[in-house]
Amino acid sequence: MSASAVFVLDLKGKVLICRNYKGDVDMAEIDHFMPLLMIHEEEGLLCPVLSHGSVHFMWIKHSNLYLVATTNKNSNASLVYSFLYKIVEVFTEYFKELEEESIQDNFVVVYELLDELMDFGFPQTTDSKILQEYITQEGAKLEVAKSKVPTTVTNAVSWRSEGIRYKKNEVFIDVIESINVLVNANGSVMSSDIVGSIKLKTMLSGMPELRLGLNDRVLFALTGRDKGKTVVMEDVKFHQCVRLSRFDSDRTISFIPPDGESELMSYRINTHVKPLIWIESVIEKFSHSRVEIMVKVIQRKMKYRQFKKQSVANNVEVRVPVPSDADSPKFKTSTGNAKYVPEKNLVVWTIKSFPGGKEFLMRAHFGLPSVENNELEGKPPITVKFEIPYFTVSGIQVRYMKIIEKSGYQALPWVRYITQSGGKLLTQH
Amino acid sequence: MTDSKYFTTTKKGEIFELKAELNSDKKEKKKEAVKKVIASMTVGKDVSALFPDVVNCMQTDNLELKKLVYLYLMNYAKSQPDMAIMAVNTFVKDCEDPNPLIRALAVRTMGCIRVDKITEYLCEPLRKCLKDEDPYVRKTAAVCVAKLHDINAQLVEDQGFLDTLKDLISDSNPMVVANAVAALSEIAESHPNSNLLDLNPQTINKLLTALNECTEWGQIFILDCLANYTPRDDRESQSICERVTPRLSHANSAVVLSAVKVLMKFMEMLPKDLDYYGTLLKKLAPPLVTLLSAEPELQYVALRNINLIVQRRPEILKHEMKVFFVKYNDPIYVKLEKLDIMIRLASQANIAQVLAELKEYATEVDVDFVRKAVRAIGRCAIKVEQSAERCVSTLLDLIQTKVNYVVQEAIVVIKDIFRKYPNKYESVIATLCENLDSLDEPEARAAMIWIVGEYAERIDNADELLESFLEGFHDESTQVQLQLLTAIVKLFLKKPTETQELVQQVLSLATQDSDNPDLRDRGYIYWRLLSTDPVAAKEVVLAEKPLISEETDLIEPTLLEELICHIGTLASVYHKPPSAFVEGSRGVQHKRLPGSAGSGESVDSPDPGSAAGASEAPPAVIPSQGDLLGDLLNLDLTPPTTTGPPPAPSSGMQLGAMDLLGGGLDSLMGAGFGAAPAAMPASFSAPVSGGLDDLFDLGGGVGMPMGAYSPPKTIWLPAMKAKGLEISGTFARRAGVIQMEMTLTNKAMSVMTDFAIQFNRNSFGLAPAGPLQILTPLSPNQSIEASLPLSTVGPVMKMEPLTNLQVAVKNNIDVFYFSCQYPISMLFVEDGKMERQVFLATWKDIPNDNESQFQIKDCHLNATSNKLQGSNVFTIAKRTVEGQDMLYQSMKLTNGIWVLAELRVQTGNPNYTVSTLIFGV
Repeated sequence: MSASAVFVLDLKGKVLICRNYKGDVDMAEIDHFMPLLMIHEEEGLLCPVLSHGSVHFMWIKHSNLYLVATTNKNSNASLVYSFLYKIVEVFTEYFKELEEESIQDNFVVVYELLDELMDFGFPQTTDSKILQEYITQEGAKLEVAKSKVPTTVTNAVSWRSEGIRYKKNEVFIDVIESINVLVNANGSVMSSDIVGSIKLKTMLSGMPELRLGLNDRVLFALTGRDKGKTVVMEDVKFHQCVRLSRFDSDRTISFIPPDGESELMSYRINTHVKPLIWIESVIEKFSHSRVEIMVKVIQRKMKYRQFKKQSVANNVEVRVPVPSDADSPKFKTSTGNAKYVPEKNLVVWTIKSFPGGKEFLMRAHFGLPSVENNELEGKPPITVKFEIPYFTVSGIQVRYMKIIEKSGYQALPWVRYITQSGGKLLTQH
Repeated sequence: MTDSKYFTTTKKGEIFELKAELNSDKKEKKKEAVKKVIASMTVGKDVSALFPDVVNCMQTDNLELKKLVYLYLMNYAKSQPDMAIMAVNTFVKDCEDPNPLIRALAVRTMGCIRVDKITEYLCEPLRKCLKDEDPYVRKTAAVCVAKLHDINAQLVEDQGFLDTLKDLISDSNPMVVANAVAALSEIAESHPNSNLLDLNPQTINKLLTALNECTEWGQIFILDCLANYTPRDDRESQSICERVTPRLSHANSAVVLSAVKVLMKFMEMLPKDLDYYGTLLKKLAPPLVTLLSAEPELQYVALRNINLIVQRRPEILKHEMKVFFVKYNDPIYVKLEKLDIMIRLASQANIAQVLAELKEYATEVDVDFVRKAVRAIGRCAIKVEQSAERCVSTLLDLIQTKVNYVVQEAIVVIKDIFRKYPNKYESVIATLCENLDSLDEPEARAAMIWIVGEYAERIDNADELLESFLEGFHDESTQVQLQLLTAIVKLFLKKPTETQELVQQVLSLATQDSDNPDLRDRGYIYWRLLSTDPVAAKEVVLAEKPLISEETDLIEPTLLEELICHIGTLASVYHKPPSAFVEGSRGVQHKRLPGSAGSGESVDSPDPGSAAGASEAPPAVIPSQGDLLGDLLNLDLTPPTTTGPPPAPSSGMQLGAMDLLGGGLDSLMGAGFGAAPAAMPASFSAPVSGGLDDLFDLGGGVGMPMGAYSPPKTIWLPAMKAKGLEISGTFARRAGVIQMEMTLTNKAMSVMTDFAIQFNRNSFGLAPAGPLQILTPLSPNQSIEASLPLSTVGPVMKMEPLTNLQVAVKNNIDVFYFSCQYPISMLFVEDGKMERQVFLATWKDIPNDNESQFQIKDCHLNATSNKLQGSNVFTIAKRTVEGQDMLYQSMKLTNGIWVLAELRVQTGNPNYTVSTLIFGV
């Protein structure tokens, strides 16, 4: 059905740790993986599935590791990749960083986790919070904790343990929207979309029932309400905890939240957005001598819906690509700092605080060697990163968050809005 | 302190030291020692010698230590089967431990010890665990049944574990249900005929209930299992769809894809005029689009599947072109897939946008991507007629960039555009000619030469251009040489006066100075044609060419249907049926989409054969059987007299109406019914034997498996001719898919890689349905079996003999050409069974000119019809008249032509007389 075995390899293809789940693929087959990968890479035909004879390798790369699943059946490939990414997630939560060292330093726990994450090729419990209840990193503590039955593992609510207690019951809701706008060299918007996500930090006791109300147009249409601005969500994806059939029938977002931090939902909005931050650039390349770059950043004037005040963008970062053989950088900026990052062939211009309606200018000058680099270089786009707090582009709003727990405590929901760039791209000339 | 310290001991005598530590009295020391053992195992050292000592540590109440020992056991039990028995007792004991974690751990590990000897000891503990009060243990035990089944299927059946497993589908805990479903599906997959997953509305209901409650992985198991179910009617289908659609909002992409699979499959059963059908179509688009924001590998799987979905139901994503635009930082495999889908979605409405994008891509740096983008522009021109002009001008712009590989790629596609729209864009030829000197790739050179030859009369200096190529004739690749030969002959026919010298030069180069048989043969043919009958030569060489088809890379419909049933799996990623890459799955039934119900018409274009066949039936009067048969018997069965050799195929001959029986039977039937009466050749036996004779041989064969007859492999390409590569092969039809099955043997001294295959145009449009999958390099003296599914949607050109197939195989060494013949029976389609009445009427309606007759020797009627049916030759009626057994049969070819046959056999005489009637549709 899915994986016969899972391997963690270092960059050279050496097996750091592995687990044979089904025994129907020779474990030595993994030796073919790295040569195969290199052949494909050289030919420019890199592919997430490689095969050698009757063995298929499905792989992902994470920092300095390859995670590889083998199979000789018609496996569910999407399940395998989801699972490999899940392994990365679980290991990262266990070891902070997932890399060669953390695997070696924790091989006993890694084995235990691999044993619990998958059985005979079927993924099992992959929720790291629940796993941490019975697979802990300190052996000494094990005896006490582990003698308990892991009820949550098999509960219908497999993401939240019972008996959680907080003195003060609170839930923090972050509404984060990333906007992706692609502008071509002529200044016309090629594509734009908004990807939003609602994150929770839950500090609630017991088994609370939550209901989230948004200004969702479909919901408003269903209930016949018709006031205020509503938002059309093109597609919504929910955390495991949300009752999908309920949402499907009456658009109610009801759930028992996981404890602590989690992403409750993500959504996609197709409405056309004007770029919040606009870039104008002139890049002149004089072969064999120099490159001159002029970049202007303008922030559109925006008013907050909630309170009438000018918006401010924070941590604005403009990344301008330069040729790889450029040297001796010189910068002039009307605000902020410009820095040359040679390993990425970029100029990074940072502006800590950028009030709406303003515009700033940066000039850069690079020398070019007289002997020209023969290799063709790509033309990466200029990208802008920024954050605008207290604001969502789509106008999505949390209308209410109802919290009901059988003990009847009062709980406070807090809501925060923020808009980020998901990487605004500007194609160069 | 970290575990890394365990990796550092590399002293000599380590094993002895570890042995001592393992046998230590101190618990802590023991645990440390086991960790060291596991660490050694992890880095690949053989520590199997410590087996007894490690197993001795098994009886412990320390869970961490127990897990490590179990881990060790799983790794080494197979190499020490006798000692593995030592562990049995502890397993049995642990399965009764009060701690459910330990019970589950024991039952989980037990199944991973693949030692036959100990399996029987494990049955009792497993039985208990399957009924355990703790769901955690039950869900683990459910999986253990699948493990045990893999080791010893008989034991599992005898012990009744399968029934217990089926009972677990009704378990109160959703996790247990999910694992039971997973285990049953796994077992059913390896035993396709076990009828294990006997899904009925009750179990489906249970599964759908559990679907709402189990983990994301459990949801995938259940959805994948649901996909195997065939609802009874459209109402049931709709109600399942309604309960599956909420899954499209799941955050896990794999859940979404599995839900898409169920919906795509069950949708087939919904009437298209149903409101719900439209709703469902609308619901599918947004989640598919969202999959493109997942991790790149998942995006890749999604895109490969979207490619299938777009072919099956283009309406779902027709408005979503923009999301397939390539992003700067997409990995190359995502870029290439997006490009493919962009072309599939291209239509008149969005072509401007698409072209703007493609033009942008063509200026990027990644050579492979740029090439594909240029090709894509050509494909757009061919697909969307209204855009052709814009595409051509875009291509011209690109040629102006003078980037070498862009220019070459553009010229190759412009050639195709010329083929598709003859006499429309010749004004660009001048621009193309300017770039003649920069072309260094054979394909581009050949394309350019073709253009010059084809339009020789409009290019003033065509002779000079072609002459310039001729100088280095021997250094060119075969492709270019052949093209140059043809082009110069064309030029000669168009401008005979000034090019006589040139044509003589090329003919002598081709026939006298070349070792290449193809080139030589083609040279001789031209030479003789030109010297005997220049008018005929003109008719042959300058004949009007058949149009090229719009989309050449569509997946063959039956394969597409099968792949839709495998959405999300490797099959859908490779675009190949599982049987093509999973060992031992040959006999496994191919999945099919359920038929549509109610008023909903089939998605496929209505089958031309059956529709036409039906309309051919007499409108009202249906005479009684006896009369009809009488009529049949009165048919004139004597072979018509010969009136000379077959005429050369007329250039305008309708492609669908093709000669079936090969060789001499050239224009046996013309377009449709009796449109082109033709002469009958004298001898029938020789050409026929290739196809039908083989089939009849079956009559004598014993123990042949049912299914289409496939002749034994013969050597197609001897090693001597192909620098050490030997190819032998045959054709087979499996579950509606024509397969070309080859054995490639490397008889050279060096490794062969990069295999690829191409077909020349052929009579039935056979074309590879996918690339030739030879994924491993072929070492010297190694043989590899390759099975290539074929489609019949490729370009069509009549071949001589009819079933001749010219194949080019490429590897890292060279390109090799060979030709082979396929048995005509490969082309008989599954729905070739004609209604009895229709058969009778049609038989009468087909003009005698379309009939041929021949004899087959040494055949036995008994069992023949069954065997023939396996090859899609359907027996419609059987009759004994005047001591003769008569069999009436129908078959239908992939291109919609029907063949009706009558077999007559004199009782006691093993020779058959076959009368064949053919009509095209």
